[in-house]
Amino acid sequence: MKNKLYSTLDAAVADISDGASILFGGFGGAGFPNNLIRALARRGARNLTAVSNNCGTGESELGILFKNSQVRHVIASFPGPGANHFQEQFAAGEVTVELCAQGVLCERLRAKGAGIRAFYTAVGAGTEIACGKEERSFDGKRMVLEHALGADFALIKAYKADRIGNLIYRKAARNFNPLMATAAETVIVEVDEVVEVGALDPESIITPFIFVDRIVQAPTLRGY
Amino acid sequence: MKSRLTREQIAQRAAQELRDGACVNLGFGIPNLCSSYVPAGRTVYFHSENGILGMGPRAKPGEEDYDLVDAMKVPATLVPGAAFFNQAESHMMTRGGHLDVSVLGAFQVSERGDLASWKLPGAKGSGGIGGAMDIAVGARRLIVCMEHNAKDGAPKIVRECAYPLTALECVKTIITDLAVIDVTPQGLALREVAPGWTAEEVQSHTGATLHGAAHARAMEFAARP
Repeated sequence: MKNKLYSTLDAAVADISDGASILFGGFGGAGFPNNLIRALARRGARNLTAVSNNCGTGESELGILFKNSQVRHVIASFPGPGANHFQEQFAAGEVTVELCAQGVLCERLRAKGAGIRAFYTAVGAGTEIACGKEERSFDGKRMVLEHALGADFALIKAYKADRIGNLIYRKAARNFNPLMATAAETVIVEVDEVVEVGALDPESIITPFIFVDRIVQAPTLRGY
Repeated sequence: MKSRLTREQIAQRAAQELRDGACVNLGFGIPNLCSSYVPAGRTVYFHSENGILGMGPRAKPGEEDYDLVDAMKVPATLVPGAAFFNQAESHMMTRGGHLDVSVLGAFQVSERGDLASWKLPGAKGSGGIGGAMDIAVGARRLIVCMEHNAKDGAPKIVRECAYPLTALECVKTIITDLAVIDVTPQGLALREVAPGWTAEEVQSHTGATLHGAAHARAMEFAARP
């Protein structure tokens, strides 16, 4: 089996090039792949399309990528009042944003991972986020067509991995990470600890190894 | 000027609507205060959109775990029986109609129960939706907690929402600093008025017709747990 274990964060993101699309796990300060994000900032790839629930807090989480003007377009549910670098770039017209209802964002990622091209949902019907989207009525209710959402890369954070990429998470740091692990061409995970194959209880595995391409060990880096 | 209920009292009145064993999502602002006022003898399981069912009070100083936070990044705790899950499963619970009650804040609610809660017209910045649209669309019972009037006195309960909508025809009950109002197929029904207020006075602060004024009672507050 191909060795998925990378010895450095920089090596794990070395082929992320200008124009790449990237999914970023994390929510509410928990479960962000902050070490990988820092490595991506060092790598300096630009014109990125980022998919994430929010857009950073100061320089932490995705904030550093906006500060460095590395992101051109973002798909998010709640960019956030603390995302000052994003908001400055947005006000200057240097980054565009597609707002997506949070549960719909989850389901678009899940659909991509599950091989479902598009789906209808009542979420957004009659609101401005449905503008320009195909609409149909089911059982007398207005429904909006939403498309699957994937990317070239996913940068995610888990608690432990075994050497082939089975993952477990810690508490509410799970959030978007297992979904994003299914929806990108190349899935890169940072974990607190790498264990031997067989050391994780198969009943407890949240992300099965088939979804994971690269593993880097790095101690959890808190955003703040 | 007559006194209105405080934000805490609005939350306290809303918490009385929560039944024993209910699974409940609380939005930002006044709704978030409801968790402190669950009537004695009832167990309510709070859902947090980031993947927790059975969230307890805020963590005590020195006991914070930043992998266990609520949807506002505040370190939280768990109650016995709590579960973690991913964000898609979390919104299966909201959108899929599995939660018993959701409580959200609002800028405006229409007489048909349309909700406007995520964006003010002309607001600066990108705005943000978060989980509110999924929660509103899927709620089995959606309670809105808000001030009855905006800071400039404008009614927040209106015939048609002028602000960007969160979802259509989703609100079932509105609890404000002046009244408890149910959204029914026949229109808005005034169930209760704040202590010291009359139905006529509440109507004069409301931008849509309130029905059943003759049957409106004074709000009552259960003893705090």
